[in-house]
Amino acid sequence: MSEQTVTPSAPAAAPAPAPRRALALPGFLSRSTLLRHLVLAVFAGVLLYLLTQQLDPFRNFQLATVAAYLCATAGLTLLVGMNGQLSLGHGALMAVGAYTVALAQNRFADSGITGNQVLPLSLALGVLVTMAAGAVIGLAAARLRGPYLAGVTLAVAVAVPAATVTFDETFNSEQGLSVAVEPPPLSLGLYFPNERWQAWVALTGALLTMLLLANLVRSRVGRNLRAVRDDEVAARLAGIHVGRTQVLAFVVSAASAGLGGGLMALLAQSVSPGAFSLTLSLFLLMAVVIGGLGSLSGAVWGAVLLVALPDLTHDSAQWVSLSPAVAQRLEGNLPLAVFGLTLIVVMIAAPGGVQGLLRRIGARVRRRAPAR
Amino acid sequence: MNALTRRGLSLATAAVLLAAVAACSEDANTPPADVPGVTAGEIVVGTHMPLTGPAAAGYSEIAPASKAYFDYVNANGGVHGRKITYKFMDDGYNPANTQTVVRKLVLEDKVFAILNGLGTPTHTGVLDFLKTNRVPDLFVASGSRSWNQPDKFPGTFGFNTDYTVEGKILATHIKATYAGKKVCFMGQDDDFGRDSLVGVEQVLGAGAVVAKEKYVTSNQNVAPQIGALKAAGCEVVVLATVPGFTALSMGTAARLGFKPQWVVSNVGSDYLTLSKVLGEGKPLLEGMVGISNLPSPVDMSDPWTAAFKKIHDQYNGSAPFNGNTVYGMSVAYLFVQSLQAAGKDLTREGLIAAVEKGGFKGPGLAPFRYSKDNHSGMGGGKLTKVTAGNQEFFGPVYETDSAAGPVNEFKEERPAPPANSIPAA
Repeated sequence: MSEQTVTPSAPAAAPAPAPRRALALPGFLSRSTLLRHLVLAVFAGVLLYLLTQQLDPFRNFQLATVAAYLCATAGLTLLVGMNGQLSLGHGALMAVGAYTVALAQNRFADSGITGNQVLPLSLALGVLVTMAAGAVIGLAAARLRGPYLAGVTLAVAVAVPAATVTFDETFNSEQGLSVAVEPPPLSLGLYFPNERWQAWVALTGALLTMLLLANLVRSRVGRNLRAVRDDEVAARLAGIHVGRTQVLAFVVSAASAGLGGGLMALLAQSVSPGAFSLTLSLFLLMAVVIGGLGSLSGAVWGAVLLVALPDLTHDSAQWVSLSPAVAQRLEGNLPLAVFGLTLIVVMIAAPGGVQGLLRRIGARVRRRAPAR
Repeated sequence: MNALTRRGLSLATAAVLLAAVAACSEDANTPPADVPGVTAGEIVVGTHMPLTGPAAAGYSEIAPASKAYFDYVNANGGVHGRKITYKFMDDGYNPANTQTVVRKLVLEDKVFAILNGLGTPTHTGVLDFLKTNRVPDLFVASGSRSWNQPDKFPGTFGFNTDYTVEGKILATHIKATYAGKKVCFMGQDDDFGRDSLVGVEQVLGAGAVVAKEKYVTSNQNVAPQIGALKAAGCEVVVLATVPGFTALSMGTAARLGFKPQWVVSNVGSDYLTLSKVLGEGKPLLEGMVGISNLPSPVDMSDPWTAAFKKIHDQYNGSAPFNGNTVYGMSVAYLFVQSLQAAGKDLTREGLIAAVEKGGFKGPGLAPFRYSKDNHSGMGGGKLTKVTAGNQEFFGPVYETDSAAGPVNEFKEERPAPPANSIPAA
């Protein structure tokens, strides 16, 4: 889960500092990455399960939203942070996943197949379709660099919402589709809070995504991704197929975004182009930059910020007494401003993002601690 | 003790603590107690509105107007001794935001009811949530027919005259006044445009509409659609459009030298809003036929308008007084009527029963249709026409249903507003 390289310019061949945690790990855990990540995931799962028992329904819904965003931000971190490709179109990829899940859920409901067991199937469909879309974009992206790549992904962000308007028979134009979602299984109890169920579904998806991505990042594929990011020529000399690696990164990243979008569709019980606008794509990118591009943990901070910032600004705006006209104008715009300001401050004060900052603080504390 | 063991131990301790507390709070099988949002002295009500974003123009004035009316009622003793607190939150007309703000209102702020949530795509997404939590979902600010599904959504009620009813009334006028002319249609590509077209064709017959065009709000260019209408030789064009696109359609038509008779649905035909958008081009509105179900904001001889204006000046003075203000106050008036009817022991079930009992009369020109098996809003309206820069009512008030029923004249007179502008218990 932790990645050492933060600056994209770090030479790939430089010997990585010895992973400090490995020293303290029991032998079997330090040998097997999969086992280590599995243990962490199960542990996080148990903690989150207990947390959902504690939170009130609204907080659980927010937690579920964080989890849905996390799928997308983790995928974006992999693409931007680990592979050095920029995407301004991840909101649109989320839309692909969301619409697929919506259509699948509604088709299942129409043909009388109800119950929560179809959920994984719809989500898997969403992931598959988004992967296909990601592969197409990835093929184009692998040939482009810098602003041109940004341009293509920007076009995706604009084109996907427009497609829902052009094919309005299927996607119902700007009004969007409502998504047939079953209430929580009755076996959980008649008054089981729906939000807790939603949190469970979304968190399962997010944990699975994080587990798979963490393994991928630690694998040969992950090393290839970083090698391509740091120096394409060197990577090619080392026998890495640059184009293939970039397309792969795009497909994996799209799959995560598709899952995130599908979970959003289940949470919102509706999909519409307005929910997956260009703004969302930009927000996702801002979130991963603020969170810290260097590691998947940064994606967690990014996802938390996406949910927490609007909420915090809304609450804090209520403490200050403003004239109704000003308050009304601030209501929707203040979070945007705060988000932008946060980005600027983080970029100046901690270019490594929240995660980078935490790691620096951690290192300093450890230095000060008496030697053992 | 090495770092990992220490970290593991602390996490394990935290987990055990959490588990211990979790065991104590088993709420999955117990129904929630007492009425949320209601105390002896207060009723908390919430709504979602586009205060920012593309739909905010005009619509953002509705909730403050409702609040102004509630403030006035509160200053006069409230309803059954309870003051009304109205919390309105911005969703920017984005359905994803609506999910969050409505959950915040219901789960965190514990509102008693959601009142006048605005928008078809936005509100559609929260119907299930509000139903599951048994929250009364009163007087939705949209003319979609989705709100009238008492079997599926027993707590949801519409407010606006639905778009099909409007379409039927406009078509009745066309049939009587412009017989033999070529009738065309241009509508928004969602429930609004589609339901309206259903109404128009219901009256004129399926083949009578020569050309049908549609638009989406994200594309500001309507020249292709207007060009097609011109090419089809349309003489009367029915518009199911939001104000911005009524203005765009008229402006584009003028540029193309196309001068049909415009017949416009309620939301897109407010003269004050349109003339502001068109500016210099406002003479284009001359002769436009529209429809409305609430008193005109410029007609101070209407006792309801005068009463609302008085409250507006006192509690909402900084905002303009227009159709949106009258709308917001009318909704608030109806809500106070419902609260009065629900009685002193206010419950969610009691409020819904009171609305289903119906019989509310107020500023609206057309009757409300609320009953046990009808949750749609007003059932009609009165036609308006712009002459010499004045939008005036003409003809009778029409009423009809959303299906194949006939369009009838509604002869009943509106009552005058109560002396203090607050409905009696």
